[in-house]
Amino acid sequence: MSRPPQPPEAPLDWAPGLPRDSGVAGATSGGLDARGGVIEGARVAPEGIDTSHTVILYLEGVTVSFDGFKALNDLSLALDDGELRCVIGPNGAGKTTMMDVITGKTRPDSGKVFLGQTIDLTKHDEPSIATMGIGRKFQKPTVFEKHTVWENLELALKNDKRWWQSINSKLKSWQQDRIASVLSTIGLAGETRRLAGLLSHGQKQRLEIGMLLAQDPRVLLLDEPVAGMTDEETAELAGLLATLRGKHTIMVVEHDMDFIADISEKVTVLHEGHVLAEGTLDEVKANETVVEVYLGR
Amino acid sequence: MNATTLPLPVATAALGTADDRVRLFSRLGWTAIGIAVVLIAVVVPLMALVAPDGSALHLSSYALTLVGKILCYAICAVALDLVWGYCGILSLGHGLFFALGGYAIGMYLMRAIGHDGVYKSDLPDFMVFLDWKAYPWYWAFTDHFWYCALLVVLVPGVLAFVFGYFAFRSRIKGVYLSIITQALTYAAMLLFFRNDTGFGGNNGFTDFKRILGFDIYAQGTRVALFVLSGLTLVGVLILCRYLVTSKLGRVVTAIRDAESRVMFCGYDPKAFKLFVWTLSAVICGIAGALYVPQVGIINPSEMAPQNSIEMVIWVATGGRGTLFGPVIGAFVVNLAKSVFTMIAPEYWLFFLGAIFVGVTLFLPQGIVGLFRRRRGGGAA
Repeated sequence: MSRPPQPPEAPLDWAPGLPRDSGVAGATSGGLDARGGVIEGARVAPEGIDTSHTVILYLEGVTVSFDGFKALNDLSLALDDGELRCVIGPNGAGKTTMMDVITGKTRPDSGKVFLGQTIDLTKHDEPSIATMGIGRKFQKPTVFEKHTVWENLELALKNDKRWWQSINSKLKSWQQDRIASVLSTIGLAGETRRLAGLLSHGQKQRLEIGMLLAQDPRVLLLDEPVAGMTDEETAELAGLLATLRGKHTIMVVEHDMDFIADISEKVTVLHEGHVLAEGTLDEVKANETVVEVYLGR
Repeated sequence: MNATTLPLPVATAALGTADDRVRLFSRLGWTAIGIAVVLIAVVVPLMALVAPDGSALHLSSYALTLVGKILCYAICAVALDLVWGYCGILSLGHGLFFALGGYAIGMYLMRAIGHDGVYKSDLPDFMVFLDWKAYPWYWAFTDHFWYCALLVVLVPGVLAFVFGYFAFRSRIKGVYLSIITQALTYAAMLLFFRNDTGFGGNNGFTDFKRILGFDIYAQGTRVALFVLSGLTLVGVLILCRYLVTSKLGRVVTAIRDAESRVMFCGYDPKAFKLFVWTLSAVICGIAGALYVPQVGIINPSEMAPQNSIEMVIWVATGGRGTLFGPVIGAFVVNLAKSVFTMIAPEYWLFFLGAIFVGVTLFLPQGIVGLFRRRRGGGAA
């Protein structure tokens, strides 16, 4: 799944669905470098993410305890660039804590968390980790309910996010095209003027994913994306993830086994804060320990 | 869902959605501002200075000062709305910034008394009374108007910045932040009540004689202060409106509604909060500096928690998150207060409480919300 390094002048592979010739030429002249690059002067170290050893996200020996309870216990996990990984596990297995550690919300007591070969995520806070290219979707859909769909995407859009830059910020036309392309990817092109708070649950879930896409992240973390969705909405989301596969590294935490069967390549089973098993869904299902703690019941 | 179905015309049609909110004011808004400017800068000065005493059109100095005072309150209300209505930070301590601005200009006004005080001394009367022989170090340069004008901005600004830096860095929010702001103004009030703090103790500063060489009680000076307050209010309204319609405003509102999502979008909420918080405090300080020369006194009771809470009530009554609303709220509540203090002063606080309960129950969006509902829910 490793991605060949792209020359700096290569156009970004924007969201799937955007024809290469529309707006993208403007994108390259708009101050963006190749994938993983950042806008000039933005808050991130400009070296980008080094995935020369194919691994993009790497956790080793991560331990987090809350009042003596070990939410994560010597957790080690590595995601290859471009892979789609499903993480399953019973309640309290540490799935959400793991995402908190990756996104900078929780500092691990010990262990290493690296983005690519060089970026130590434990040394950064949430906004800078987000700017470096890790997008996170919460379990409960979290969008800006008093803003329109369009404004939600405008705010999420990869851009210079320092406060003084935002006072006079106006969208350039290639950025508007970018928002339009995300809108069509998530199927909300007809709802641009609606307040996000008025959307249905499934639409909010898709809008939130759209907001992640607008950030153009290298890694997408999705926490129970189909929770509370109808079968139809779940199928739509599976289709959406299929179009994103290979373009982003995706980690999905999910309970819905049908959904996992639909999308999974490789499954990691968490239990009591560490990895119990890893493999294809069938391999994992065949693992006796896994059956014992999780699947068999 | 894929490349071939992407309708690019939709993309261009969508551009309009971004522009809708960028408009600074509607035509109605600009008209209202224009009328307000004419009233403040032309009509009121004519009524106060040209219309002969005793004619129906004459504006007494009492009325002039009353309205001028409320204009200063309205500036505070707009400043508070910026942090509360748009950023969700409910400050119960904005009276502190207002009072600090007032004290800063008050230092100049005390120095400007010169030898005309009761004791005919170089020092203000209260320092003579305390048997002080020289000005404390922090009174240095306060005989220069522009230095004090700088303090009006800097003192509330720096205090708000330092307080906000630690509060927002520690991610203190909601009720906890409100209580701390309340405690802050209360602590400052106790400090200023002490005589040896050097700001006149519980009497504060009063008996001002002149400002920039003009007699502070002359009708012309009063008119000038009134016009300055009114135009400052208009300027603050336009500035705040500009900010809330910018992308910064949309980020700030997003912080109010879903702060964690803002962080995971790559924005640092601390910086945005600190900016609006500090700006709001500075605006309050300026309002205080305009207020003190008009009312002729500043004392620590301006820092009483009750004053800060009243500011919140102005905003809530007018309609928070609307900027115009708090101006209306400040006028309605304070005019009611003037009437009450004339006919039944002992019932004022009960009435104030009733307003707050009533607004919370029946007008969750304040007076402005009432008009919007009348107009069929359209945005004003």
